[in-house]
Amino acid sequence: MSDKNPVTGPESYPEPRFDDGALTQVASTKASRRQFIKGVIASGAVASSGAVFLTACGPGEEPAATASAGGVERLLSLNINGQVRRVDVLPNETLAMTLRYKLNLTGTKLGCDRGECGACTVLLDDEAHYSCSTLTHAAKNKAITTIEGLESESGELHPVQQAMIDELGPQCGFCTPGQIMSAVALLTANPNPTRDEARLAMSGNLCRCGAYDNYLNSVMRAAEMA
Amino acid sequence: MSKDMMPGFELYQPDTVDGAVDLLGRYGGEAWALAGGNDSLDWFKDRVKRPQYVVDLTGLDELRGIREMEDGGVEIGAMTTLTEIETSALIQERYSVLADSARRVASPQIRNASTIGGNVCQDTRCWYYRYGVDCYRAGGNECYADTPEGQNREHCLWGADRCIAVTPSDTAPALVALDARMVVRNADGDREVAAEEFFIGPDIDIERMTVLEPGDVLTAIRIPADWAGARFYFEKVADRNTWDFPLVNIAAAMFVEGDTVQRIRIVAGAVQCIPRRLTAVEAAVTGQPKNEATAGVAGQTAVRGATPFNFNHFKIPLLQNLVTRAIRDA
Repeated sequence: MSDKNPVTGPESYPEPRFDDGALTQVASTKASRRQFIKGVIASGAVASSGAVFLTACGPGEEPAATASAGGVERLLSLNINGQVRRVDVLPNETLAMTLRYKLNLTGTKLGCDRGECGACTVLLDDEAHYSCSTLTHAAKNKAITTIEGLESESGELHPVQQAMIDELGPQCGFCTPGQIMSAVALLTANPNPTRDEARLAMSGNLCRCGAYDNYLNSVMRAAEMA
Repeated sequence: MSKDMMPGFELYQPDTVDGAVDLLGRYGGEAWALAGGNDSLDWFKDRVKRPQYVVDLTGLDELRGIREMEDGGVEIGAMTTLTEIETSALIQERYSVLADSARRVASPQIRNASTIGGNVCQDTRCWYYRYGVDCYRAGGNECYADTPEGQNREHCLWGADRCIAVTPSDTAPALVALDARMVVRNADGDREVAAEEFFIGPDIDIERMTVLEPGDVLTAIRIPADWAGARFYFEKVADRNTWDFPLVNIAAAMFVEGDTVQRIRIVAGAVQCIPRRLTAVEAAVTGQPKNEATAGVAGQTAVRGATPFNFNHFKIPLLQNLVTRAIRDA
């Protein structure tokens, strides 16, 4: 896209509407705390961190990017898990935000939001990337794969997912989607890794339970299965 | 930790390098050139740097790739990822020190996104500065690391000038050791800067780490044929093997004939604001036999004049040992 392209500014394109009408509506009418909480529960998809996100880019705080002309189009077609998803993306939005809070693909986790833990790992053109440290606009021409996209159409688990179950890879499970995505990226590039190669490939994913060896066992099992 | 949005900015994704240069020139200090994003987005999320305009360079294919030059050297586009450099057969064969240094950066996911240009242009990791305090580097009037209680374990041994922060890059020492040339473009055209002069200390400009000014874009890095196929050494010591920035790293390139060192360039990272070329070591080693005794002298020479702060004395023996090993094992 050229920088000379006209902008889709707020006057020609409406502000993003979130599915959680209940939340914003209830909050804006200053209803009781209980109703507010009910609203959150009813809308279901929004976790506590999601509420912060909504506050930050809701009508109260207009991002500077929409204030004047220039820059990228906000309506993107993203190639996610083999499907084309149309989504309204702010210029300052990370891929993790888009996946979790706009597309409801909450399998991708946010741990540190600083590229230091690996929970948000997704595949961009089969390469592992931290989705918290990628602008969604920078990923618009790539094939995005999340944990939700690994299962086959018939509902069969990906060999890495199956191996994680067989080898009891995870403990608490929070870092598991990221660990699995790193393992899938490794096995795509190198179907027969040594244990040390696997260790290196998985080194960008932290596990606070310390289940690293179980994860490695799972990766090696998946390499045998595939 | 907060998971809210970073502050808003206008995002541009130009089609051409000249388009990017035009935008960055037009908006000057209000604009930010975005490469892999691993350094930039941290700044934005922490609300310490708040550019109004961000120019995303990731779509510029002309800035990617590793090409052989006519004189036998190699040109690397600034937006080439560290993974591409680490796995490039050409780089491994001719300049393995650069591949080795790229391999030691951060984590696989970060190397997949981060670029060589971004890696050499990233800002320092002094935590006071990154926390957003009004230190000298941030335009204020104080250094918080250089105080009796200041936590300066990661800070410099040389070149303190109000600011005592160090270069965080692993690839920068390798590029200086290889005598690389940095190609910088702005509205006036292209210019080439030696890697050694590309990095600047607080004595020259306390608010920048490189010679790049608003409106400048690093487009490529050229490595001359001179050092192709030399004996190389790279080692990085950090608190953790993944993610972490160096406490000290060392990059060396040398030619040895018989057992005599003919030519050598050796550079240490994370001991000064710029990659520190150890010219005294080079002088002490050139023409000497490559053996344990010479390596020992080299190590002692390397640390002469080091001025530690309260918590970074350990960097002196660390640097000494790394230099000794570089000369002995290269």
